[in-house]
Amino acid sequence: MALRPEPFGALAYHYDNRRLNFLRSPDLVRLIETLDRYPSARAAFEACAIADHRWPSFERALEALATSEFLVAQ
Amino acid sequence: MTPTGTTEQLKAGLDAPICLTWELTYACNLGCIHCLSSSGRRDRRELSTAEAERVLDELAALKVFYVNIGGGEPTIRSDFWALVQYAVDHGIGVKFSTNGSRIDAAAARRLTAMDYVDVQISIDGADAATNDAVRGVGSFETAGTAMDHLYGAGFEGFKISVVMTRHNIGQLDALEVLAARYRAQLRLTRLRPSGRGADTWSALHPTHDQQVELYRWLRHRPEVLTGDSFFHLSALGEPLPGLNLCGAGRVVCLIDPVGDVYACPFVLHDDFRAGSVRDQGGFTHLWRRSELFTELRRPQSAGACASCGQYDACGGGCMAAKFFTGLPLDGPDPECVKGHGTALLVRSPPRPSPGIDHSRRTAVAFPGRR
Repeated sequence: MALRPEPFGALAYHYDNRRLNFLRSPDLVRLIETLDRYPSARAAFEACAIADHRWPSFERALEALATSEFLVAQ
Repeated sequence: MTPTGTTEQLKAGLDAPICLTWELTYACNLGCIHCLSSSGRRDRRELSTAEAERVLDELAALKVFYVNIGGGEPTIRSDFWALVQYAVDHGIGVKFSTNGSRIDAAAARRLTAMDYVDVQISIDGADAATNDAVRGVGSFETAGTAMDHLYGAGFEGFKISVVMTRHNIGQLDALEVLAARYRAQLRLTRLRPSGRGADTWSALHPTHDQQVELYRWLRHRPEVLTGDSFFHLSALGEPLPGLNLCGAGRVVCLIDPVGDVYACPFVLHDDFRAGSVRDQGGFTHLWRRSELFTELRRPQSAGACASCGQYDACGGGCMAAKFFTGLPLDGPDPECVKGHGTALLVRSPPRPSPGIDHSRRTAVAFPGRR
């Protein structure tokens, strides 16, 4: 997967399945770049200082990325 | 369906194209009667290997995820394989279109061993008679041999790319069977009145009923690739998968063999030429700063389509199709499914000059305007 910064956040591209995903918030991009350092998504949310009320939308975004194989459980 | 917010962001343009078409050469051993780029003869001004590598360096710096390489027949260039390898080594995926004439068993094995390279074999019918009428005698057999080699080498999921015409829409199921037999993926694209297609479009483009048939067929097959070709059909009901917008200068563009940069892969015409990769600032400057691309990213007027309830679905259709049939760019697509384009076409609006032409002077025996 490759990330490319864009004014709205980033574009994520999966070279194997050739899918394109829109990461529509700079915070989401920051989170994804550091996700693999944390044991859970919630730990990453906390470490990245994502406000509590945004957690549900971030969880949905991560689920969507997992469905399209951008994120793989470790 | 793409959320509206994303569509708006795309319309305003990205920092770099999502997908970029790069025609490596105008040389081609075929003379297809609908060739978008009127290819045939090599242009002696074509980019050298070193210049092509500089372009790839720029694309790598821009993080362009992949390029669609075409032509002409790109494999005719003696540095074709070296350029593909150079792209991949710099993190740029390659998908290339070929008529298959140079995909022998060794090439097929080589391709199968490469990561991030995808092949697209062009055929324009499910049988030789239908295909060869458009692409030339023997071209179906050539493509079939190439596909045999790819299949034999274990290249799964290569693409079979078909331009939809009124002669092959009735073969949709047969094309699906053909692709399945090769464990290939079917890709259907729209016939544009560009290049030599300007002269053949009225005889080849699908009828209204065929467009409806195609729309229904595609609605049931989200796995069939279309390159977002048929967004004008979204006015028939639920939108087809994809971005459903004209990406010209916003998410796509084209570099031609001599390094000229056009906003749309289907309009190789001076009116849509932003400049050359050989200009100071190169491709990056053209993408980010050229007047043409900036203009295309401004909000576009719906023009004559404003009063149609379907404008949000089809966005007025394809710029290339309108341009080369002489229709206003802020009005309906010539193949508007509501019939608004047909109403304008019957008045035979003056068409623009065909643009650049590298046709071989003997090969194409289709009566044209030139």
